[in-house]
Amino acid sequence: MKTNVAELQVCSPRSIDEALQQRRDIPGLTPIAGGTEVLVWLNDAKFAGKTYQSLHGLAKDWRYVRANKDGTLGIGALATYSDVRFHPVVKERYPLLVESARVTGALQIQNRGTPVGNIANGSPAADTVPSLLVYDAKLKLKSLRGERLVDLKDFFTGYRRNVMTSDELITEIVLPPPLFMPAQQHYRKVGTREAQAISKVVFAGARSAAGVRLAWGSLAPTTIRALKTEAALQNGADANAAWEILQREIAPIDDIRSTAEYRRKVARNILFEFLNKLANTL
Amino acid sequence: MKQTISFTLNGNSVTVESHPMQPLLYALREDADAPGTKYGCGEGECGACTVILNDELVMSCLVPVVQAEGARVETIEGLANADELHAVQQAFLESGGAQCGICTPGMIMAGVHHLRHPERAPGGVPEALEGNLCRCTGYTRIFTAMKRAKEILSAGGTGS
Repeated sequence: MKTNVAELQVCSPRSIDEALQQRRDIPGLTPIAGGTEVLVWLNDAKFAGKTYQSLHGLAKDWRYVRANKDGTLGIGALATYSDVRFHPVVKERYPLLVESARVTGALQIQNRGTPVGNIANGSPAADTVPSLLVYDAKLKLKSLRGERLVDLKDFFTGYRRNVMTSDELITEIVLPPPLFMPAQQHYRKVGTREAQAISKVVFAGARSAAGVRLAWGSLAPTTIRALKTEAALQNGADANAAWEILQREIAPIDDIRSTAEYRRKVARNILFEFLNKLANTL
Repeated sequence: MKQTISFTLNGNSVTVESHPMQPLLYALREDADAPGTKYGCGEGECGACTVILNDELVMSCLVPVVQAEGARVETIEGLANADELHAVQQAFLESGGAQCGICTPGMIMAGVHHLRHPERAPGGVPEALEGNLCRCTGYTRIFTAMKRAKEILSAGGTGS
C-alpha cells in the first residue's frame, strides 16, 4: 500500500440524515460502498483524496433490490453485484444486468462492489452501466435539500465527471418495466481474459418494435448511448450504414489496455454480431 | 487516527487498533496475529488474500478494516480441528494442489466457500475459483483437489 493510511480521515455515518449532513458539511468527502475501487487507488497512491465516507452502517437502509408494485425495480446504493445477479426478478426481467454483474471482477469483487458505485466511480469501462443504459435507468440523488431523479444517460458530463453536487449521494437506481424480450437483448464484454478483466470494449444492446438501444463502454470518455446510430437503425438503416454513423459517435483511444484501432474493429464486430443475432431471432 | 475495531476471527473475538482505511488483510496479518492470509497483489487481482466475511467470499486487501467492525471473519487458520485438516486442506495435500503455496490459503478459502454455497457459482469450480490466480499455473491439480474434497466430505470428513 503506497498510501499512508494514517493520513486518511473516515466518517462512518449511522443514519441517512447523518450521511447527508456530512456530505453538506465536509468538503471533498469521497463516499465508499464496498471499497473495491477506492482501495485499488489507495494501494497505488493514485488518488489524492484524504477524506472518506464509509456507508457500511447504512446497509439496513440501502442494501436492497426491490421489485415495486408499479413494475419498476429499485436497486439500493449498497446492493452488491451479487445481490443483483442472484435476484429472481432481475434474472427474469433484466438479463443484461445479470450478465454484466457476472463479468464484473470475480465473485469476491461481486460480493463487495455495487452497481451504484460503478456509476458514481464514472469509469468509461464500467461493465454494468451499459446494461443500465439499455434499461433506461434513472438515479435517485438525495441531499438535505431534497431528492431528484436523473436519467442515467444524462448523468455523465465528461471523464469521471457527472451532474451530482457535492452534497448529494446516489441512493437508488430505478429501472422502469422492461421494454425488451430476453432474445432481443445482447451483452458482450471483450477483455484480456474471461474473468477478472477490465473491458477493452463492452456493449449492451436491445432492439424490438419498442425501440433500439446501443450502449457502449471504453469507447469514449464516458459510457455512452449511441443515440444517432439507434435512430438510424430505427429508421431502417442496415448494418453497414449503422456502422458509418457509429464510427462518428465513438472516440476510442490508445491506453494501457488496448488501442484505438483494435477497439474500433471490435466495436464494428460487436455491432454486426448484435444485428445478426437479432435478425436470426426475429 | 487509529480506531478500535472489533470483529470475530475464526470464532474468537478480536480487537485491533487500526487506521480505518487500512485493508483488513494488514489488520489480520499484523494486528490479529493471523498471517496465514497472504498478500499477493494488493489490488484485488489475484485472490491470494481471500477470506470469508459474514459468509461471503471477499478479497481482504480491498476491505477497509472499518467495514469489518462487528463482522464474522474466517481465515485459513480457522479451518482445521486440533487433529484433523478440513476436507479441502486434506484434498489439496493429497492431490498436489499446492506448489509454491502463495495462492493456497486464498484458493482453499474459495474452495471451502464453494462447497458451502455451490449456488453462488452456477458454473461450478472454475467459476468459484475464477478470482484466484495460481502463478505456478497448477490449476489442473487444484481442480482435482476440489473433486477430492467433495469425496472426503461425502465420506464423512471434516468440513463446514
